[in-house]
Amino acid sequence: MVKNPVLLVLVVAALAAAIVLSFLSHAPNRLLSGQPVPWGVVLEGWRSLAFAPALVLLAGPFLPNGRITHGLVALAASALIAGMIWLAGDVARSMADAAAPAARTSFGGAFWILAVMAALAASDALQKLTREPALRIGLALLLAVPAVFLVADGFIDALSIMKEYANRHAVFAAAVTTHLAIIAAMLVPTLAIGLPLGLLVHRRQGLGRPIFAVLNIIQTVPSIALFGLLIAPLAALVAFAPALARLGISGIGVTPAIIALTLYSLLPIVRSTAAGLAAVPTAAIEAARGIGMTRGQIFRAVEVPLALPVLVAGLRVTVVQAVGLTAVAALIGAGGLGAIIFQGLNASAIDLVMLGVVPLVGIAVLADLALKLAGAMLKARTG
Amino acid sequence: MIRFEHVGKDYAGWTAIEDLSLTVEKGEFCVLIGPSGSGKTTTLKMINRLIEHDRGRILFEGAEIRSFAPEELRRRMGYAIQSIGLFPHWTVEENIGAVPKLLGWPRAKIRDRVTELLEMLTLDPERYRARYPRHLSGGEQQRIGVARALAANPSVLLMDEPFGALDPVTRDTLQAEMLRIQAASGTTVVLVTHDIDEAIRLASRIVILEGGRIAQSGSPREILAAPANDFVADFVGRSDRGLRLLAAERVGDRMRRGETAVGEPLTVDASLREALSLFVARNVDRLPVQDGSGALIGAIRLADLVRPPPSEAAP
Repeated sequence: MVKNPVLLVLVVAALAAAIVLSFLSHAPNRLLSGQPVPWGVVLEGWRSLAFAPALVLLAGPFLPNGRITHGLVALAASALIAGMIWLAGDVARSMADAAAPAARTSFGGAFWILAVMAALAASDALQKLTREPALRIGLALLLAVPAVFLVADGFIDALSIMKEYANRHAVFAAAVTTHLAIIAAMLVPTLAIGLPLGLLVHRRQGLGRPIFAVLNIIQTVPSIALFGLLIAPLAALVAFAPALARLGISGIGVTPAIIALTLYSLLPIVRSTAAGLAAVPTAAIEAARGIGMTRGQIFRAVEVPLALPVLVAGLRVTVVQAVGLTAVAALIGAGGLGAIIFQGLNASAIDLVMLGVVPLVGIAVLADLALKLAGAMLKARTG
Repeated sequence: MIRFEHVGKDYAGWTAIEDLSLTVEKGEFCVLIGPSGSGKTTTLKMINRLIEHDRGRILFEGAEIRSFAPEELRRRMGYAIQSIGLFPHWTVEENIGAVPKLLGWPRAKIRDRVTELLEMLTLDPERYRARYPRHLSGGEQQRIGVARALAANPSVLLMDEPFGALDPVTRDTLQAEMLRIQAASGTTVVLVTHDIDEAIRLASRIVILEGGRIAQSGSPREILAAPANDFVADFVGRSDRGLRLLAAERVGDRMRRGETAVGEPLTVDASLREALSLFVARNVDRLPVQDGSGALIGAIRLADLVRPPPSEAAP
């Protein structure tokens, strides 16, 4: 009988994708849509062994739940992703033709869906394997090593996405840097405004309602509209005070992006700051007062450390949200990975889109893991 | 040590403390008791300025408490509460060392003091020092709460229903430890409770409050023997008063030195109430008495519970 329904759903979805979609596609050049490479070609001869780990995943839902099963599933998922990357690279190399240098081999839908399903299966298995967040995150990073190694070592350089990367690796590196810089820059005003506002909401209960009402309204404005709304007032401001332009402020570009991201980030930060402070046990505060701590000492030594785990959880939401929103900010000229994605969309070059999307997902996942780990470590300390 | 002079406290619309005058002497174990709303907790919290009084004067070691900064005043007084309020992100050692650290004691001195306090509260220092409060039982947590209150050798220890949330067995143990610690350290204690048996057991002086005034103040024996009015008589329990009176006295006060009796001996520190219980349970009218070291020193008769023996020879 089914022992792990989650894994069963993932396996069924993966099988459906494998039947309906292609693993790789091949096109005469990067702008033409490709023809599916038949599974027969992909799985030719001993290459098909790359899919051997899939057998473990197929059996997984029916194996008894336990450390061994979960460990096997996690390992098999990691091996399957690495195997698929290796297989794709090998097929692409064999299809390369010196006579047609513009020809492109691309990952097909089946590859992406199988890879995502395998990653989810690994994540599910790790979750069931250990409750210790630090260990889970460490294992997840270890499991990613083979795939990262294959990509870094050039095994899939014959694939279109890596050719797109080779063509613009300077632009790519700049886009990643810009993306991260925008998020880092957004955090400064977000924390500078959000933390005091959260404290204010906590201390003056009456202010919570109006402040959250405003922040909620901001949150409901679609991001593209908010970016657009900021262009006119900022342009007017710069026209009024041209000195600001020399500081790099303008109606389009990074300035409105950081302002909009800050506005979106305030809600989760203010809410988690206030919630974290409200969760501090009143008995601890009363005792702190009773033994002679000053207000400042109570705030620093008792309230802040005890509120921190909740605050970090809010920060996680904020940062992950900002990673995605920053991509949209490319539309108003802020740059970042969104610029690569939109360039790809305009040119109908799907591999260029993926060159922007894959690292975007990677950054979001890594930021999520890092802040989850930080939160878990704080939580372990504060109990 | 602490002196209330015509102290009053009003909350919006009602008077919590009417006109309270009270002196707590050095070394006294003063228990404030009364029903809910009688002002006992308000009285306690006015001492360390967690609540500011509106009228009259409160003196601490001869000086008006408002002449101290509130934090300075509080650091000179220990404070323990029913909900304990240990800092969950600090170890036992850090919790106990909180006030010494505020006072700027050197690290080694704090460490030694923590060791001393844990030993005094019968907790193994090496086992407990590095633990976090969430790994402790309720009784252990309250021991740490008391240790934290005592850490900086305060001249006064203020306790707000410190044992109220504990199970009866743990409460009994902690009351015994509290008595032992107070006897050994000579610390002045002001404790709030609503449990008359706890008050009789711990107090050298009971202050019964009613509606923000003192209904009666005196030793447990005085209050039980001569309740000042109907309220006090009801409060100390009309039908149980005799038993509580017995609980307020020791076997040592009524025993006959040199006399002998057969059977398992009572200790000299046991209360007369325990003695009565043993007389009835064993179906005897005479019990041997031993001292703390286990040596037989005399006997007590059932009749001695009602009336002190005629030839009382003081030791």
